[in-house]
Amino acid sequence: MKVYLDNNATTGVAKEVYEAMIPYLTDRWGNPSSMHSFGGEVGKDVEKAREKVAELIGAEPSEIVFTSCGTESDNMAIFGTLDAIQMPSKRHFITTKVEHPAVIASARALERQGYKVTYLSVDEKGRLDMDELRSSITGETAMLSVMWANNETGVIFPIEDIGRIAKAAGLIFHVDAVQAVGKIPINMRDSTVDLLSMSGHKLHAPKGIGALYIRRGTRIRPYLHGGHQERGRRGGTENVPYIIGMGVAAELAKKNAEEENTKVKTLRDRLESGILDAVPNVLVNGDRENRLPNTANLSFEYVEGEAILLKLDELGIAASSGSACSSGSLEPSHVLRAMNVPYTAAHGSIRFSLSVYNTKEEIDYTVKHVPPVIETLRNISPFWNDYIKGKNTHPEKHAGPYTKK
Amino acid sequence: MWEYSEKVKEHFRNPRNVGVMEDPTVEAEVGSLACGDALRIYLKLDEDERILDAKFTTFGCGSAIASSSALTEMIKGKTLSEAEKITDRDIADYLDGLPEAKMHCSVMGREALEAAIAKYRGKPAPDTEEDEGKIICNCFGVTDKKIERVIREHNLTSVDEVTHYTKAGGGCGSCIMDIEDIIRSVRGKMEKEAKETGAELPPEKLTNIKKMQKIMEIINSQIRPTLQKDGGDIELIDIVGDTVYVALEGACASCRLSDVTLTSFVQEKLREFVSPNITVEEALY
Repeated sequence: MKVYLDNNATTGVAKEVYEAMIPYLTDRWGNPSSMHSFGGEVGKDVEKAREKVAELIGAEPSEIVFTSCGTESDNMAIFGTLDAIQMPSKRHFITTKVEHPAVIASARALERQGYKVTYLSVDEKGRLDMDELRSSITGETAMLSVMWANNETGVIFPIEDIGRIAKAAGLIFHVDAVQAVGKIPINMRDSTVDLLSMSGHKLHAPKGIGALYIRRGTRIRPYLHGGHQERGRRGGTENVPYIIGMGVAAELAKKNAEEENTKVKTLRDRLESGILDAVPNVLVNGDRENRLPNTANLSFEYVEGEAILLKLDELGIAASSGSACSSGSLEPSHVLRAMNVPYTAAHGSIRFSLSVYNTKEEIDYTVKHVPPVIETLRNISPFWNDYIKGKNTHPEKHAGPYTKK
Repeated sequence: MWEYSEKVKEHFRNPRNVGVMEDPTVEAEVGSLACGDALRIYLKLDEDERILDAKFTTFGCGSAIASSSALTEMIKGKTLSEAEKITDRDIADYLDGLPEAKMHCSVMGREALEAAIAKYRGKPAPDTEEDEGKIICNCFGVTDKKIERVIREHNLTSVDEVTHYTKAGGGCGSCIMDIEDIIRSVRGKMEKEAKETGAELPPEKLTNIKKMQKIMEIINSQIRPTLQKDGGDIELIDIVGDTVYVALEGACASCRLSDVTLTSFVQEKLREFVSPNITVEEALY
């Protein structure tokens, strides 16, 4: 059996999306900017897709700019607006320690340009401290960028509460909603958000398409300089087939929104409680009361995540890990470290992320196969052996001969 | 996903000699939970210091488990002084290679063995603070001695390489400058020692870019002038891995001995000055 539980990484392209795209890769290849009918018809279809994306988040079509991916949306939102305000006195940027690399790396780039950046911390459940946010805002603060939902833990930030603080201080408010769109209700009509990043491939559209919501009246300069496309806000001939695909994906997401919070949530809870019941020493990472309905991030103590993923992959189960080894870096995920997840658990974290296409059979198959995998690896683990013998397994005690601190 | 060899996967799936030994002659542990991998090794020795049995438990990724399994297979039946000669490269070779970024797994295997042998002999484990090493990387507790050792053993030239073999510099990154200093000083020492003993320094590992630049340089400085003297010429068309595609021009193009020119002259020159693995082929249009 093949079970795909890595939908926060990417999703499969929906059949409806694929079928809608085909004509634009074959007969309908006109340039939407052209004055003739080859292009004109295609131009109308692009606008229809824009309407669908706008409708998914309760925005006006004119507030949607298509981009190439979520990362581009984040970059455009941050650099495009800061470029437009250009106030020498406003050189402070606030974000959080748990953002996606698209935002963290942009913040680092701002630091190199001379900006001061504040990275807000989170508590052990991954929640922001509103007082810390309030006290970090100064007269120099230009912009606040906060994710709606965390890609690793699924933890949802109280965006409108944060936005009210931002608006009271006159800040530009950007939200990376790549993981949240389609999974939780989002309505820009009465929102404090100025800019909102989206990505197609987290919504069953293909990779290579994203969108940025820009509230009417928000000053922004193009990040990609070029032609008059996208109302002059992003140069470059439109990626028509993918825009059409994202439109259909947005339509599907709106239709499935209810299901995300009923069917998907039920399956996620079934998976999580199934594993927690069968395996001892498992921690749930993130605020269980306040997270995406499709995400479960579990830490299996005393085993290492990459080894778990390899064993699961052999069983046909796809998930991902915040462990150091699986990412190619040598330290566990920045999100788990920001939450102060103990080392006993951080290296053994596994993220299961579901979609509306997962079935109960797949979840039961996973619940059946995870426990023996963990047991096998724990039997190999020296620390698990210590633990069951009642030896002190506090991490400091395990700073071996090479890690004297 | 990592590109693991079939042998690594097989040893990960079916690790040999797993478990706790109840009455080992000696046991030792390296690594830690915080670091993300650790290996505990148990040895049973006879009076002649021959390893009758070896067992291990490992916390770590697929290649850490496979490296531990390989190590215990390799040392069983050997005497301590034979086992002592096993290097991390030997462990990686036994597994048909490890991804570059996972070389520290084989290093951990060798270290565990060394720690066990040192403990048995009542000495401090090598390359540790107890062995007068100075901690350079605080995140992973790596000493200057250990860094110097991998630079020498594996002819390393960059911080990235040192990180792959020891993890040093892979955490907060604050020791990267120190590692650069150590690389400079150790390579300086290596050059000086080579001069004194008259031995040749192992050639620096070439990056693709460096290799391409060097090939172009040798063609222009060593090869073309000679061919041009005979009214011929050569053009570099492409470089794929270690294969260099060239086109012979002028008098060479119609020369019946052009094959000989390619292998005995062009290829020989490139092998001499760039890398012994190079083959030269005529580009076909």
